[in-house]
Amino acid sequence: MAAIKVHGSPLSTATQRVLACLYEKGVDFQFVSINMAAGEHKSDNFLALNPFGQVPAFEDGDLKLFESRAITHYVAHEYADKGTQLLIPGSNKEAAVLTLWQEVEAQQFNSPSSTLAWELFYKPFFGTATDAAKVEENETKLGKVLDVYETRLSQSRYLASDYFTLADLYHLPNIQCLLATSAKKLLESRPHVNAWVKEITARPAWSKVLAMQKQ
Amino acid sequence: MATPVKVHGPPLSTAVSRVLACLIEKDVPFQHVPVNMAKGEHKSPDFLKIQPFGQVPAFQDEAISLFESRAICRYVCEKYAENGNKWLYGTNPLAKASIDQWVEAEGQSFNPPSSVLVFQLAFAPRMNLKQDQSLISQNEAKLEKVLEVYEKRLGESRFLAGDDFSLADLSHLPNAHYLANVADRGEMFTSKKNVGRWWGEISSRDSWKKVVEMQKQST
Repeated sequence: MAAIKVHGSPLSTATQRVLACLYEKGVDFQFVSINMAAGEHKSDNFLALNPFGQVPAFEDGDLKLFESRAITHYVAHEYADKGTQLLIPGSNKEAAVLTLWQEVEAQQFNSPSSTLAWELFYKPFFGTATDAAKVEENETKLGKVLDVYETRLSQSRYLASDYFTLADLYHLPNIQCLLATSAKKLLESRPHVNAWVKEITARPAWSKVLAMQKQ
Repeated sequence: MATPVKVHGPPLSTAVSRVLACLIEKDVPFQHVPVNMAKGEHKSPDFLKIQPFGQVPAFQDEAISLFESRAICRYVCEKYAENGNKWLYGTNPLAKASIDQWVEAEGQSFNPPSSVLVFQLAFAPRMNLKQDQSLISQNEAKLEKVLEVYEKRLGESRFLAGDDFSLADLSHLPNAHYLANVADRGEMFTSKKNVGRWWGEISSRDSWKKVVEMQKQST
């Protein structure tokens, strides 16, 4: 039985972030499906794994973690010599570029792209009306962020380096949502961003994550 | 002798003060470079070279430049592991994982509602901007829920990530300081037994007192 367990939902972007990382690293894990519709993520048992009552939660033997970016950071380091190299080895200065673009995803990209994903992708699923003003506001915000990415990706093949790293991986879940909505125009209209999106979403590990949604 | 690192941005900025607190905890010599935001210096082409989002702080260590306060803090802790507070980012992988987890919780759960409240309650009045009461109530409610999680956690653990003061606690200082001292929301912390105890401990650290002093001197 795998020592690693991921508790979550295949539809949750944060859960997908962790799954993508585990598939890239090729490490065995057990997926424990959390029934969010039934409120299982607020049960006492689950709160013991994630006190914020959110998915995912993660176990590796005795270690229990939550927050997808902390989990993936741990996995990438602990299993550094397995599967895809997701980190930048070497000096602190070289590694700092990775940390930087991980933070950019969390602080700049995540908020507007999550709001757009919620408004344009998830709400229709649940039959709730989209808030057009929020969409406009966040498309503008995300556009500004993607302008910075366009410049960066014209100088560097991937965000932190010339190879795929955790920084690029972090973006996959929200990007996948946006591609299924009218907001995809923000990605497609910027040539370097567009090329990067096509490359990272075509990775086999990411296809495995998407396949889990069909089960 | 190595050139001191440079931190660009006003100490009054929460993100800048996060980096300053970390550098002082780690006893890393630094040079503070003011950025005149009122004059739009943070949007100048020269500044955009080191921070393409036109925000503060920006950070330089000889040839490299970095931005995003939490990335800068992690870099400082890794590079200067033997300086100052050696436990700030943990001394083994498990400690580090726990600290990372709570730095993420700060960034994802504590920061958004507390930032809105700090802006609405502390900065907006000073900038003669109208406050948005519904935004204030919404974010007070969100922050309350987060602090309830913290109350439980801090009943089991002295600091958020474990027994030692870490980057995870430090990350909270800038917004919490404004909430308590400028926005008149100290009660959100002090009305809870464990959060109150924790807030008292972390806000009285020497490093944070020095940052607050830098903030005072900059006005």
